[in-house]
Amino acid sequence: MTDTTAPYDAEAATSARKFFASRTVIYGLLTLFAMVYLLPFFVVVFNSFRDLPEIAQNGLISLPQSFTFKAWQSAWSTYCINGTCEGMQGNFWNSLKMTIPATIISSLFGALNGYILSKWKFRGSEFLFTCVMFGVFMPGQIALMPWAYLLGALGLNNNTWGLVMVHCIQGLSFTTLFCRNFYVNIPDDLIKAARIDGAGFWRIFYKIILPLSPPILIVTVIWQFTGIWNEFLFGVVFTSGKAQPITAALVALSGGETNVHDYDVMSAAVLIGALPPLLVYFFGGKYFVRGLTQGAIK
Amino acid sequence: MADLVISDVRKSFGSVEVLKGINLDVKSGEFIALVGPSGCGKSTLLAIIAGLEKATSGTISIRNRIVNNVAPKDRDIAMVFQSYALYPTMTVRENMMFGMEARGVPAAEREIALKRVSGLLQIDQLLKRKPGQLSGGQRQRVAMGRALVRDPALFLFDEPLSNLDAKLRVEMRGEIKKLHQAIGKTTVYVTHDQVEAMTLSSRIAVLNKGVLQQFDEPQKIYDHPANMFVAGFMGSPAMNFLPAQMRVSGGNVELALEGGSKLKFKRGVKSPTTANMIVGIRPEHLTRADSRTANALIGKVTLVEPTGSETHVISRVGNTDVTAKFFPNQSPKLGETVRLAVDTDRICIFDAQTEQAAA
Repeated sequence: MTDTTAPYDAEAATSARKFFASRTVIYGLLTLFAMVYLLPFFVVVFNSFRDLPEIAQNGLISLPQSFTFKAWQSAWSTYCINGTCEGMQGNFWNSLKMTIPATIISSLFGALNGYILSKWKFRGSEFLFTCVMFGVFMPGQIALMPWAYLLGALGLNNNTWGLVMVHCIQGLSFTTLFCRNFYVNIPDDLIKAARIDGAGFWRIFYKIILPLSPPILIVTVIWQFTGIWNEFLFGVVFTSGKAQPITAALVALSGGETNVHDYDVMSAAVLIGALPPLLVYFFGGKYFVRGLTQGAIK
Repeated sequence: MADLVISDVRKSFGSVEVLKGINLDVKSGEFIALVGPSGCGKSTLLAIIAGLEKATSGTISIRNRIVNNVAPKDRDIAMVFQSYALYPTMTVRENMMFGMEARGVPAAEREIALKRVSGLLQIDQLLKRKPGQLSGGQRQRVAMGRALVRDPALFLFDEPLSNLDAKLRVEMRGEIKKLHQAIGKTTVYVTHDQVEAMTLSSRIAVLNKGVLQQFDEPQKIYDHPANMFVAGFMGSPAMNFLPAQMRVSGGNVELALEGGSKLKFKRGVKSPTTANMIVGIRPEHLTRADSRTANALIGKVTLVEPTGSETHVISRVGNTDVTAKFFPNQSPKLGETVRLAVDTDRICIFDAQTEQAAA
């Protein structure tokens, strides 16, 4: 029989040991950081299913001893916020009614803007793009006063459609930036070929550009959906009571009329408010990363 | 009838003038090659013909209609791009149909055109595939097919073969030539490859630095280049240039080359204003000579390059390297001193100052 074992190699053994040790440290640290991020989430999830008296007895941070859907039911349909006892459901639908149209409209206009700024350049289009980019860096609160004036003038105060308009325009800088940078990498020859073929501005847009756009549209949709859903400032300033989106309602809920804190209901309400963006990211997250890192299309 | 007339077309990008007054007229059914080194303006000229760029001045007319202000789609042209520019999300079929759909051609006519062209180019099998699933040669075919279905007045090709490997390029070159013979469409073909220009075209327009150097049939351009640029650009290996002093008396020409060799022959040459000339000799017009042959160059072989079918031999003559072509079995050896007989009927003579052909 031939000897198949290699002779002992001290150098290789040392480097293997070093590699193992460094990997252990890296994965140990990663696990620790993941715990730090996930622990509060677990606490909230647990508390949303615990009985309130049990929370009071054992404290906020402890393993659940009871299990009930009462808090979820209450948070969704019966809990009293600002004097009305209908739970969060109205605000949840408000948020959906605000987020979905605003996401779709701002993404489509971003695509159109990006298409123009990358493929139909005109005198001053680069300058215009620079101006649009200001919107990316401008904090939302700067626009509060002008928006308040405009919404008042248009009669859209305390109205979901008013918020749709605000979010469409506030988000346009981002969607334009994303789409323009994506379209810049689409070869100009495609546009030239289509122009010679007889296609005009719109036909090129919907027959050539849009079919190439899913990777970047997924990015803008996720970005806009999570951003608009989670947005709080405009919601709380421009709407009140039943017209509020869920983020504003959450604040009203935790601000409560009494000093008793209903930790169970608050936990459930927070989770209801966090669910849609979580789901969007859960199903679209991998496309999001892919779209952001995608350079050129061949 | 002229299908395309270009009159005094100029184009500037900012302060840079890339086309300096181009005049060309292309007869119906002709295959014109625009050839020149990169940056000579040939692609810009094509883009101006297509309407993708605007000329700064001058006119373009297609079939006796001035099209300077006509949109690309209304110029009755089709173009094949270097990158093929196939629409990536559409199938081959949709790619070829796109232009007809955009123009509102009735569905029945579209089907007939598609069938005719896909049969002609043998791409029937590929109609359901997307461009990403095609090889380079297939993409090339589809790109031509997309141009052909529309039956335009003018075909424009922008370096269509430069993305293919050497073997496929030769193959597709043959196919383009066959295609042109079959359909006889007026074609303007941009290339930097002088072999493509020579093999394909009925006339060649040589451009350099935005100026049309010569516009003539391929063989005439090869045999009688208008200036040293054209002479050096067309032909591989390139023409040899040797400085010489020229004397003309009656019909007798005497060229005294550097290093003492003299070429004497008869040719009708105008009396030159200067004696300083450059003699242009193509590598294939040099043959091995014995010691009695007059009109010969003497040099020492410094480099031997066998290509298989022929051997290129570079020798030092005076202060110049001279390339000559030999059959492999007749090639001199490295370091050998050779006498090279010059075919004086076929040499070119250029004015050393102006670089223009003197005779």
